[in-house]
Amino acid sequence: MSRSPLARLLASTEGRLAAIAVVVFLAMSALAPDKFLSLQNFTSMAFQFPEFAILALAMTVTMLTGGIDLSVVGIANLSAIIAATILTQVTGGGTGIVLIAYLVAVGVGGAAGLFNGVLVANLGLPPILATLGSGLIFTGIAIALTGGSAVMGFPAATAWIGNSTILGIPTPLILFAVLALMISLLLTRTGFGLKLRMYGANPLAARFSAINIDAMLIKVYVLSGSLAAFAGMVVMSRANSAKADYGSSYLLLAVLIAVLGGVNPYGGYGRVIGVVLAVLTMQFLSSGLNMIGVSNFARELIWGSLLIFVMIVNTWRATGRRT
Amino acid sequence: MTLDWTRNETLVALVIIAFCVLAALSDPGFLSIATLTDLLRGGIVLGIFAVGALLVLVSGGIDVSFTAIAAFTMYVTAMVLNAAMPWMPWWAALMMGMAVGACLGAINGVLIAVMGLPTLIVTLGTLSIFRGFMLTFIGQKQITTLPPGMREFGRMMVIRGENVDGSFYSLHAAFLVTVLTIVLTWAILHRTLLGRQIFAIGGSVESARRIGINVRGVQFFVYVYVGVLAGLAGIIHSSMARVANPFDLVGLELSVIAAVVLGGARLAGGHGTLTGAVLGVALIVLVRNSLIVLGIPSTWQSVAIGVLILIGTGLPAWQAKRAAARAT
Amino acid sequence: MANDLVTLDGVTKTYSGITALDGVGFKIAAGEAVCLAGENGSGKSTLIKILAGVEQPDRGTIAFSGRTQGSLNPRLSAAAGIKVIFQDFSLFPNLTVAENIAFSAELGRGARLVRPDRVIDTARRALARIGVDIPLGAAVETLSVAHKQLVAICRALATEARLIIMDEPTTALTEREVRVLLDIIRRLKADGVAVLFVSHKLAEVLEVCEKVIVLRNGQKVAEGPAVEFDAASLTRHMTGRDVAALPPRPLAASAPDLMRVEGLSKSGAFSNVSFTLRAGEVLGVSGLLGSGRTALAKALFGLVAPERGKIMLDGRNVALGSPLAAAEAGIGYVPEDRLTEGLFLTQSIVQNISIGRLDAHSAWGFLDLAGLMNEARDWLKRLSVKVPNPDAPVRSLSGGNQQRVVLARWMARSPRVLVLNGPSVGVDVGSKAEIHAIIANLSAQGLGVIVISDDLPEVLTTCHRVLVMKAGQLVEDVPTDQITETDLAHRLAS
Repeated sequence: MSRSPLARLLASTEGRLAAIAVVVFLAMSALAPDKFLSLQNFTSMAFQFPEFAILALAMTVTMLTGGIDLSVVGIANLSAIIAATILTQVTGGGTGIVLIAYLVAVGVGGAAGLFNGVLVANLGLPPILATLGSGLIFTGIAIALTGGSAVMGFPAATAWIGNSTILGIPTPLILFAVLALMISLLLTRTGFGLKLRMYGANPLAARFSAINIDAMLIKVYVLSGSLAAFAGMVVMSRANSAKADYGSSYLLLAVLIAVLGGVNPYGGYGRVIGVVLAVLTMQFLSSGLNMIGVSNFARELIWGSLLIFVMIVNTWRATGRRT
Repeated sequence: MTLDWTRNETLVALVIIAFCVLAALSDPGFLSIATLTDLLRGGIVLGIFAVGALLVLVSGGIDVSFTAIAAFTMYVTAMVLNAAMPWMPWWAALMMGMAVGACLGAINGVLIAVMGLPTLIVTLGTLSIFRGFMLTFIGQKQITTLPPGMREFGRMMVIRGENVDGSFYSLHAAFLVTVLTIVLTWAILHRTLLGRQIFAIGGSVESARRIGINVRGVQFFVYVYVGVLAGLAGIIHSSMARVANPFDLVGLELSVIAAVVLGGARLAGGHGTLTGAVLGVALIVLVRNSLIVLGIPSTWQSVAIGVLILIGTGLPAWQAKRAAARAT
Repeated sequence: MANDLVTLDGVTKTYSGITALDGVGFKIAAGEAVCLAGENGSGKSTLIKILAGVEQPDRGTIAFSGRTQGSLNPRLSAAAGIKVIFQDFSLFPNLTVAENIAFSAELGRGARLVRPDRVIDTARRALARIGVDIPLGAAVETLSVAHKQLVAICRALATEARLIIMDEPTTALTEREVRVLLDIIRRLKADGVAVLFVSHKLAEVLEVCEKVIVLRNGQKVAEGPAVEFDAASLTRHMTGRDVAALPPRPLAASAPDLMRVEGLSKSGAFSNVSFTLRAGEVLGVSGLLGSGRTALAKALFGLVAPERGKIMLDGRNVALGSPLAAAEAGIGYVPEDRLTEGLFLTQSIVQNISIGRLDAHSAWGFLDLAGLMNEARDWLKRLSVKVPNPDAPVRSLSGGNQQRVVLARWMARSPRVLVLNGPSVGVDVGSKAEIHAIIANLSAQGLGVIVISDDLPEVLTTCHRVLVMKAGQLVEDVPTDQITETDLAHRLAS
């Protein structure tokens, strides 16, 4: 069987996604050549997507185990509000206090993830319900702490993680790239990553293979919580404030990106490269459409359509191969 | 009747009673017709949503798009009636809402039943599509002048009265629609073969296929029916609010599903009762409206609902896990 | 003949070049019970699917009551009175007994509304017909396996049933439950209902059958009156050779004790189980389904937590109820249900083997992927699994090769004791012999092997000793060179 390189590329989920990303990129370039292909547009895109892309990474690791984390936005906001409280209450710390605030935020994210992990692994709650409930609790605590209003007035150094550039590259993009690379390595090159994929493929066989399932699940949710806290830091830094209801549309967006990226929501399959391609496709689409004057809401429409389209293609190919 | 302590319904009912007792102790004014009508009013739209969500869960699926269907339907119906058919009576507005909802539900139905795509992903996608389509191509501005039919319906009350302290209370006529929806759905689920087939599919799709149940047909019905209910809920929502705000409703979907699961429906399918769904909604509405009576600031509302969901779903899950550990 | 209910003639079916059925023909008369015997892969399930109208034969004809049928479908087949009771019963766990029994009848009636009184009446009559009493309002998920089977039979009877096909009807039943089933079959036959038993172990049902048909590799290799067959001749026809029960190489008298199990008890499963396993010994544990043998096997590997007793390996206590502790101590477990418990079907062959070796091949948290691949390749070679690409998903392998992958996973961990639960269930005859050779090889290397099996010839060929389990207790401990298959069968069932 000799197949053309293109056919081989299109045979994999990620290959098809790459093709879609390229097509979208070319289409947007053709529609608004001078605006879309400008340095300014690339910079602004690079500032926009990392926050929800990091949430999509968090979603991906839980989905690989056949779970889901609906509390990511709640965790992001809660950790941002706690960091914001530190930043506004403690004065005169300079850069040091910003660093401490960030570390505390990631710790809060990890602790929230630990809570989820205990619910899922030790108490046996279905992940979708456990994180739905805990998400409400995290958001609720954030509301209770702030009375629902925004926390603001940070030292200037806070803006670094969300609004600065390093060697001309936006810091949030670098942060996302580093996190994506780390997760990719974790999933493909470590025993932990392999085990969590195998568990997602068949939880019962994982138990019969003497995998320490409870410990693994707890680590997965802690990881997801910590990633959510990173996203929260980027949002806080970019908005220069923290609020309990920031990024509420990001939850479904993160699920959407993960699934669009080829992650099997029932567990066992998913690659970081797919998620990255899905994020890029989404961002190209929304920036491009924005430029040709399509409203922000059209993005939702197009994202949804893209998701269904990709699902139809994947399912159609799977059944086509079987018969 | 004996109480079955292992059922979610019993637990939720007990929590509701305990809540009311505590509320009455801390504020004797809590036990009043005004509180009751407030709570019932709060449950009208959520109740219809919950009935739909229950049906989908029983069939073994999950639908997160119904709030978008409701928002789309109320907005489009209000706009079309205003523009073309302002003479339509209130009941025709409700019918039209149901028809629009049915069409949107049929889109879910085709993708899920005919093309065999996973329910969560399809409805996640159509949630974005319905909402995005409405906001992009139809409009984003609130419609503050509703068509006469909907305005008329918005003013209909079944009970109206005055409290001793001079304040007014009323119960909206839409409450009867919710009751009717529950009764009709009960009849479908328990007294028609179609309803039993929904339970059968939720219990085991493979077995259903083997004994010759038209699985696709039944699934298609489920999503269309949920669309109809969502459309109905949308019209009722805007009629009662006296405005069609396209940004309303979406965001409630997970709370509704949580309420239904709290009432004992299982995500795996095949299990769930209307009593449970109604009790679940009642508890959520109670917490939303009356937490303050217990001396808990309303900013803690979200935490309270989250804790309830974790306890309500955690207890049975934990019991099941322990039972599995005991078994061989 | 006029009373021939079903007549098959020259039925042939191929799946992508592999012949599943090759010119099979036979007749079933009304009120007749027929045994269709064959190993896994002999074409039994294809035959069931063809009779049920799920699959179409490539060649050959099927006639119901002498009328040759055109192309069948499930509805036509059901209308002709052909009812299949699948091995998993295909019931609705969430619905009541009454609803499960009446569901097909209600569907067939084309009813739109449900009348609870009619449902209960249908169910009551079907249960009365087989003389069984099961609470009509109970949810099916709360029933025992035997009761579920009876509900499935009643469901078939609630509609016009002329031939009931039972797929592997006895594997999940205890001796007494099989008796009940046989009584029911006798009543059905008296009513003129024909029964086709399809199984690879049919010795128990021979007494109610008129006729036996044996399939092997898609062909009918034997057919005759049931009185002319016994367990041994059935096995001979199914496997195509005399399976001589040659005992394994004797154990050296100096072999030291390896594992000791003392007073292991788990309420509702087994009680006071004690035995010793010596290094290099292959120990059989045999018993009927429900005797507690599977629970014991799982308890040895920590999947079931016993309430009392202890397991000692080399004199050291093994923590109970933890697969991790068991694996750490050097106990391995090859499960009974390979597809759901053993394999990660969508994952690669390499990963399926190396899942237990990840920690051994990690440095600084990172995996030595090349090392894992080499080790996996090595095991594939040693267990003679021929695969073109070890990165292919494991589901692409045959049953025998899949079982060897699970074996390789544990052997790669160099265990001291290997518990094999049904080591050759669902593998073809050739692979079965090779798996037995692997067991002999493990024993020669000094491993302790525990074989849990109800396949008596397998127990007699592979094991040094066999422990007979009944109602949760070890009742006998017999060296396999002092016992025959008939003798062992009698001890299990009596």
